[in-house]
Amino acid sequence: MSQKILIVDDEPNIVISLEFLMKREGFEVAVAADGEAALRMVESERPDLVLLDVMLPKRNGFEVCQQIRGNPKLSGVKIIMLTAKGRDTEVAKGMALGADGYMTKPFSTRELVDKVKATLDIARA
Amino acid sequence: MLQGWVIVVCSIAYLGVLFAIAWVGDKRADQGRSIIANPYIYALSLAVYCTTWTYYGSVGRAASTGIGFLPIYIGPTLIAALWLFVMLKIIRITKTHRITSIADFIASRYGKSQLLGGLVTVVAVVGVVPYISLQLKAVSNSFTILLHYPDIVMPAHSAAVPVLQDNTLYIALILATFTILFGTRHLDATERHEGMVAAIAFESLVKLVAFVAVGAFVTFGIYDGFGDIFERAARVPRLAALMTFENDAAHYGSWTSLTLLAMLSVTLLPRQFQIGVVENVNENHLRKAIWLFPLYLIVINLFVLPIALGGLLRFPDGGVDADTFVLTLPMAHRNELLALFVYIGGLSAGTGMIIVETIALSTMVCNDLVMPGLLRQRWWPLHRERDLSGLLLGIRRGAIVAILLLGYTYFRAAGEAYALVGIGLISFAAVAQFAPALIGGMFWKGGTRRGAVAGIVAGFAVWLYTLLLPSFAKSGWLPAAFLHSGVFGIELLEPQRLFGLSGMDETTHSLFWSLAANIGAYLWVSLARRGDVVETSQATLFVDVFRHTQAQVSTQFWRGSAQVGDLLPLIGRFLGPARARAAFERYARAHGADSLDDLHADADLVHFAESLLAGAIGAASARVMVSSVVKEEPLGMDEVMNILDEASQVRAYSRQVEQKSRELEIASRDLREANERMRELDRLKDDFVSSVTHELRTPLTSIRAFSEILLEDPRTELAERKRFLGIISAESQRLTRLVNQVLDMAKIESGKVDWQNTEIDLRVVIEQSAAATQALFRDRKVALSLELPDEVPLVCADRDRLIQVMLNLLSNAVKFVEPATGWVRVRLSGAGDMLRVDVEDNGPGIRAEDQARVFEKFRQGGDALTSKPQGTGLGLPISRQIVEHFGGRMWVESEPGRGATFSFTLPVCGPARAGAQ
Repeated sequence: MSQKILIVDDEPNIVISLEFLMKREGFEVAVAADGEAALRMVESERPDLVLLDVMLPKRNGFEVCQQIRGNPKLSGVKIIMLTAKGRDTEVAKGMALGADGYMTKPFSTRELVDKVKATLDIARA
Repeated sequence: MLQGWVIVVCSIAYLGVLFAIAWVGDKRADQGRSIIANPYIYALSLAVYCTTWTYYGSVGRAASTGIGFLPIYIGPTLIAALWLFVMLKIIRITKTHRITSIADFIASRYGKSQLLGGLVTVVAVVGVVPYISLQLKAVSNSFTILLHYPDIVMPAHSAAVPVLQDNTLYIALILATFTILFGTRHLDATERHEGMVAAIAFESLVKLVAFVAVGAFVTFGIYDGFGDIFERAARVPRLAALMTFENDAAHYGSWTSLTLLAMLSVTLLPRQFQIGVVENVNENHLRKAIWLFPLYLIVINLFVLPIALGGLLRFPDGGVDADTFVLTLPMAHRNELLALFVYIGGLSAGTGMIIVETIALSTMVCNDLVMPGLLRQRWWPLHRERDLSGLLLGIRRGAIVAILLLGYTYFRAAGEAYALVGIGLISFAAVAQFAPALIGGMFWKGGTRRGAVAGIVAGFAVWLYTLLLPSFAKSGWLPAAFLHSGVFGIELLEPQRLFGLSGMDETTHSLFWSLAANIGAYLWVSLARRGDVVETSQATLFVDVFRHTQAQVSTQFWRGSAQVGDLLPLIGRFLGPARARAAFERYARAHGADSLDDLHADADLVHFAESLLAGAIGAASARVMVSSVVKEEPLGMDEVMNILDEASQVRAYSRQVEQKSRELEIASRDLREANERMRELDRLKDDFVSSVTHELRTPLTSIRAFSEILLEDPRTELAERKRFLGIISAESQRLTRLVNQVLDMAKIESGKVDWQNTEIDLRVVIEQSAAATQALFRDRKVALSLELPDEVPLVCADRDRLIQVMLNLLSNAVKFVEPATGWVRVRLSGAGDMLRVDVEDNGPGIRAEDQARVFEKFRQGGDALTSKPQGTGLGLPISRQIVEHFGGRMWVESEPGRGATFSFTLPVCGPARAGAQ
């Protein structure tokens, strides 16, 4: 069965590129454009992995990550955070809140795909 | 008829009364209920200045020189005015350093020098002996004269009487006994004698009353008041001359020199120093004494001239010595009670002087002459004696007897050649030699021990040569030729016309040369070579005595180690073990130690022990004794100078320090504020950079992702390929716009914009902007309407920049309103000298808390919206900066859900403004 990925970003063009990439790799894709929508869709879609941007309208990526990790029913969901702010503190904060990985924008598409696969593979093993 | 025994009994009885007063005074002092602790007693005791010299001698001098007796009393009156300045400082220094005499004072000031202490003592003894002999002479003469009552017979020359039949010798011995009883019954660490002071105050009262009584008797009893006496005297040409001031230079010279002498003597005579300084119990007493003491002098001088004139009228043939008028006038008028009272008054004046003077001198001889010598010699193992207090008292008693016998000897040898006043002046001139070292030492830190020794030696030598030796020569003790040809027959060295200086009386002459030599040597030697460590520290302690307290500084100059077990026996040997122990226990209690065992022998205790000892044996000897039992580490000159610099400059600098610290406070507050502003700016810059980074990375992310997608998969469908390339192109444009706006913002903020200012019609700007955005409005189906007046004043601004502002506002508005139903209205209006532009829309509006934030960089109104707005987040901040640059204002008014109105104003291009542009 194909695994499902939830893409959360408020930049339409970035969403388009991520959607294309994930579909090309055979993943099922869902999209949310802000933090609240993201939380709703994690509950309803039960994705295997969330590609989560940090700078989001309404609830930012950190809050979303924290909420997901605070919910035991969602413990199997993997999270890879995307950040356009390259600061180390941002990365460290994301990891501390329970993200499984992070990517700095602009990212290499190959690396992103590899990271998504690796995160899911480890989970399978 | 006054029998001899009556006079003797009265004399002894009077001395007994004085002694009783002293005994009570001492007893009360021991009980802590001092009877001398008031300024009136202090002022009266200062009147020990008035001796038989005043009592008998003033009349004698007035009989020969008229008002020439006055300078001796004008001097003290003048200097009393300076006492609050000079005397107060002497007293403070003396109390601080437990100084016991003037020799101790000078020795202590110049590095606790034994040499200097001894020198001052020798000068004082030699100088004051004639003065003591004067008292003996006066008392003896008055006794002899009274003995012949009612006949008036002048006493025979004492030289004609064999020594053992000379009543003066017995008077001297009796007074020595009394002085020993008064002054050396026990040893006191502070050398204070309260009982003696009380007796002296009483004595001063007795002599004043007696003198005023005889004055009143002569003026109102014999004659008919002042007017009567002066009138009668004026009729005798010789007497008339006495009442005028002779108008020649020599007279002015002697007036000046006598006044100066008296000014110095009233402070420097050993007995004046003893009473005025050492015995002073409270500095504040000085404040009353400075007018009470001169008042006393005025009262006692009131009748001098009437008595002198009365005597000269009564005894015109010169058979009666004018020095005896005070006594002989009542006798001539057969008033035996008054005569006896006058004799008692004179005895009173004489004994008072002798007691205080010899006590003061014996202290000096013991502390500064004998003890240093004894402590230095090796043949008598003094350090093995357990209790030396008996020895100290013995030395003092011996010194008292010796000094009185010296006085007697001088009386026998030279006494007859001079009148009373002449002898007194010799002493005055001798003690005047202390003035440069003492006064210089108190106010000039540069004075050194060598300088003081040189000055005193030089001054004393000149005094000896020009005043004392001539007094011997005049009395036949030395060949008379000495007077006229000087030593070796060299005329220039003629003692009373030194280097040919003539036209002065002998006192003035001697004073001039001795003080010149003294001051010259003192200054020259002091300036030639700097003093050593101890001198320098003492100099500072003396000169700056009002600046720091003893405890603060003195102990800074001592470093070393000591044992209580060494110090206590040492002090005990001089003060007696019991007294020493009591003093140490008091010290221990004051310093919070329970017993002597807990006492830590630090610099303070060593200093305490030394000053305790200084009270008994003088500063110089005390220093030698204490340093024999403690291990001292000598301080280097540099260290002392450092301490001094710190101590003495603290005051001077504290003001500057306060000032500086205030300035520093202000400066540091400014710095703190500046720093906070910097931090804030830094934080803003960080935020800005971070925001810019974010804004740049976002389009770059899309561009890179699509580029890689296209690159990796060349078989992408054409439609998709076109779509992706379109996104890359759009994001690239967005990137370019962003870079441009960031640069634009930076340019405006750093003031590097080249503003092209012209007179502009705002209507044109608005119309052009509307035309430029026309396509945008049409695409989104948003209605745009303009409300422009027919005519508006021009504004002075940069056309392109104003169009940039308008385009920003219009594109923002069209972005936020709903397509099809949305509208945007632009209104131009004028209010006074301002034009106002409103851009109103019917979009979602902006929440109140966000209205200010939309003008901040990268703070788009996006948070409130579901979808992210397009734009860089720099448009509004840049627009506001532009408007504000031209003197206008930009703001927004909005209610969420009911649209927003962005407004700005611009000033009309007035003549002043046009001119300024």
